[in-house]
Amino acid sequence: MKLVIINYGAGNIQSIKFAFERLGVHAILSDDADVIKAADKVIFPGVGEASSAMAKLKATGLDKVIPTLKQPVLGICLGMQLMCNHSTEGDTTGLGIFDVDVVKFSNKVKVPQIGWNEIESLKTPLFKDIPEHSFMYLVHSFYAPKCDAMIASTNYEVDYASALQKDNFYGVQFHPEKSGKVGQEILKNFCQL
Amino acid sequence: MLTKRIIPCLDIKNGRTVKGVNFVDLRDAGDPVELAAKYAETGADELVFLDISATEERRKTLADLVLRVAEKINIPFTVGGGISSVEDVDVLLQNGADKVSINSSAVKNPQLINDLAAKFGSQCVVVAIDAKQIEGKWTVHLVGGKVPTELDLFEWAKEVEQRGAGEILFTSMDHDGTKNGFADEALAKLSTMLNIPIIASGGAGTMQHFTDTFKNGKSDAALAASVFHFHEIDIPELKQVLKKNNIPVRI
Repeated sequence: MKLVIINYGAGNIQSIKFAFERLGVHAILSDDADVIKAADKVIFPGVGEASSAMAKLKATGLDKVIPTLKQPVLGICLGMQLMCNHSTEGDTTGLGIFDVDVVKFSNKVKVPQIGWNEIESLKTPLFKDIPEHSFMYLVHSFYAPKCDAMIASTNYEVDYASALQKDNFYGVQFHPEKSGKVGQEILKNFCQL
Repeated sequence: MLTKRIIPCLDIKNGRTVKGVNFVDLRDAGDPVELAAKYAETGADELVFLDISATEERRKTLADLVLRVAEKINIPFTVGGGISSVEDVDVLLQNGADKVSINSSAVKNPQLINDLAAKFGSQCVVVAIDAKQIEGKWTVHLVGGKVPTELDLFEWAKEVEQRGAGEILFTSMDHDGTKNGFADEALAKLSTMLNIPIIASGGAGTMQHFTDTFKNGKSDAALAASVFHFHEIDIPELKQVLKKNNIPVRI
């Protein structure tokens, strides 16, 4: 299997690469559209601020490539948020794959949310054999509200979508690569989609 | 529900873990990666690696260590000790660290907090603050608590938040090493005043101290070193006790 991690300069990609290596999957880092298109599976990572990450994506032309991909794609954290219509962070227009707008937690809770929280209402084979209320590691200030594409929900101030899916596109707000054994199982499931 | 975090802290010298009480009588305690893996397996929620070496090669040694940790460990970790520039942080994050912790360099150059938050995002910027009470005033100290500054803990914490820190790691020098409990009064004040997570550090001696800091200190996470290293408290048992006390934990 050829797994490519999109390398556009925004994200803790080393940890994702190592997480797949622990599963025996060698990941290729690339910003080359042809390499990405030819992959069996694609990971779209992201850490940092939305508008600057989007600017980096546009600079490489990958903003046009990602929505056309046909193989399973997994957006992680900011990667998932950039796959949505819009984010209030930096008033950023996203890739429009998931029909939902990303908004910020209010000051009624501590922002960013940092730590382990539960995922529930799990759907799709991405969560095959993953128990309801499993703990995942999350670090974020912005979130995707509940919507039709939601395949996992988490509660922090509100119930929000901690995972999304549409066709071959998957997105997770949490960091499976940092979420212990269960996170590793989710990555394994993605490899088997 | 978001759970409270238990964070073992590993002191690193020249790429090896050291154990000691109050930085005295440091003993080699083996490979940090092996110790980290053990903690990850037994339910630690996060790890902190604090580099206390003072050699010329420290930057490279630390960067190599981070890479080795990221390769083996599947929980988040923070790296601190001697980090003073955007370039330092860039290398550590690229090698797989999730967050960095800055202390003295933030006091000397507060703009560093803004620069790191802008470049890497607030979520990876932990500002560590060491403070102790002098005539009733919580005063920020540098160099492992040796050098007092003019800064007031609460004013500095507020500034740190405004500049873009994602978390504060507060160590009470008055409590550190005493095993008499965390500085819960000051922690509660910080936690109420600020809107970013607060990590309690200094004073852990018993399991009750952890319950207290989560309940009375309103802490979001608790960090400790020796009680975990010397097996005075084991994390699985600690988490069971916390759960019984209605504190949300990941088990």
